[in-house]
Amino acid sequence: MSNLAVLPIIIPLIAGIILAFFPKKLVLIRFLTKVFSIINLVTVSYITWTVFTSGSIIMETGGWDAPFGIVLVADSLAILLVFTTNILAVACAFYAPYSLTNRKEQYYFYSFFFFLISGVSGAFLTGDLFNLFVFFEVLLMASYALIVLGGEKVQLQESIKYVLINLFSSILFVTAIAFLYSVVGTVNMAQIAQRVQDVEQQGILTTIGILLFFVFATKAALFPLYYWMPKSYFVPNPVISALFGALLTKVGIYSIIRVFSLIFVYKIDLTHEMFIWIAGLSMIFGIIGALSTNNIKLIVAYNIIPAIGFILMGIGIFNEDSMSGSVYYLIHDMLIKTTLFLIVGTITYVAGTSDLRKFSGLIHYYPLLGWLLFVAAFVLAGIPPFSGFIGKLLLLKGALSSGEIAIVIIGLLSSLLILYSIMKIFIKGFWGEKDESLEHKSTKGLIAPIVFLLSLSVMLGIGAEFVYPSIESISAYLLNPEVYIDSVLKE
Amino acid sequence: MEIIISILAGTLFATGIYNLLQKQLLRIIIGTVLLSHGAHLFILTMGKLKTGAPPILIEGVNEYTDPLPQALILTSIVISFGITSLLLVLAYRTVNENNTDNMEQLRGNEHE
Repeated sequence: MSNLAVLPIIIPLIAGIILAFFPKKLVLIRFLTKVFSIINLVTVSYITWTVFTSGSIIMETGGWDAPFGIVLVADSLAILLVFTTNILAVACAFYAPYSLTNRKEQYYFYSFFFFLISGVSGAFLTGDLFNLFVFFEVLLMASYALIVLGGEKVQLQESIKYVLINLFSSILFVTAIAFLYSVVGTVNMAQIAQRVQDVEQQGILTTIGILLFFVFATKAALFPLYYWMPKSYFVPNPVISALFGALLTKVGIYSIIRVFSLIFVYKIDLTHEMFIWIAGLSMIFGIIGALSTNNIKLIVAYNIIPAIGFILMGIGIFNEDSMSGSVYYLIHDMLIKTTLFLIVGTITYVAGTSDLRKFSGLIHYYPLLGWLLFVAAFVLAGIPPFSGFIGKLLLLKGALSSGEIAIVIIGLLSSLLILYSIMKIFIKGFWGEKDESLEHKSTKGLIAPIVFLLSLSVMLGIGAEFVYPSIESISAYLLNPEVYIDSVLKE
Repeated sequence: MEIIISILAGTLFATGIYNLLQKQLLRIIIGTVLLSHGAHLFILTMGKLKTGAPPILIEGVNEYTDPLPQALILTSIVISFGITSLLLVLAYRTVNENNTDNMEQLRGNEHE
């Protein structure tokens, strides 16, 4: 029963290994990819249902008791994120064969795809700080291989920077773990939390917390540390950008949520005040980046930064409304960023360029694609019936109740500009005279995954009454670290 | 003893970061290697450098060194080994494709 918690990690790992044996048999590996991703989604849905009906699943690997062995903790937040990850994985598995060239598929794309999913699920589920580092490396290694797959000049240029910055932040992560180990003498998150609680986070602990924050902020592309992100998400294939945009930065922000709602919660006035500032600056600088460019892929890549800012803002304010806003926004943003990257990838494919000044009038040829982009822009910006609205509403409500007026104004203004930056793609690319020189290309297979993801996003907004109680319970759970500690250490 | 090793790790970090900020690609990679050495040495130091037997169970020995940091270092070493080898091959390909190993000239052009 408790072994269920390891399945989201093991199934993609096995799938990746199996697919590595016959890389040239494309029909077979495409079929197996779809089958494995659906099996994984079904398993994870069952685990999610179990967690939400009967509480967290704690798995002690190898039968060792909690602080001594590695524990996998499938609590409500972690399993919800794993569930979202697997939904995205299914959509990307169906999109990939139509988007990638055969040559790229033959060079182990699907294996790396599954290793990435495995690493991401592992990072969400682990209850051990060093194990989190290892899973970070698993997903980063897969992402290094994916970003450089194809080996074009520009990919090589950008991937070397991506590898270097991530290697540097991983080394910092190891150093931070060493510091923490010397102070509290353990790497198990529940026990760290307990020991930090015993001394009420005195002395060096806040410094270590901030060091960890900078490590995760580099992975999550927050304000002073986002410079590596837009270009490296711009160079690979749309499917790969979609996976990166949805998963990699969100693993970073998830780690911030976990560490700063469980371990370092006793000096809130210092750390969490800093989070609000960084969140505000991330929104401003991210949106400036998105407005500064005419490249549609870069516009979407820059839009990741304000979204991460919104999630961090919720952690900074740290009350019930803002935490549920953060969790809601996290799920919403994973879905909508993937959708947008896939839409933009499709536009780039049909228009033959990603430069907004070089094409217009696409609506005459591709009406469905145009209206999908239109709805996706509304969902992203937070127009009332859609999911972005509820997340932002909760965040702003939390901010107002704790008197943070400045961040509310920045948040509202940046929402407006986010809407403008995406609508610019719609207005300049889809409106206008019919372009006769445009070659009509088939979008067979590319539209279905987008429709699937977008309808889920829309349902997340319209069906908020159905989703919200679970999100609220996660928020209450996050604000009370005792529950996590007791469930892991069984006291 | 911890103080001496900490200073050594600090020196490794300083030289590593100095090398990271160079223009030549190979120097940057040497910088990352020095940084990971520094980090590994640091984990060992932070696990307390008290004298004791190697962590292998032998009858009659009561004092052992802490085995956990050694396991952490071993894990971290193979990971940085993997990444370094990937980085070296990547650098080799990058230099071949772009005909330069100068990071200043490896800037991506937005309009290509």
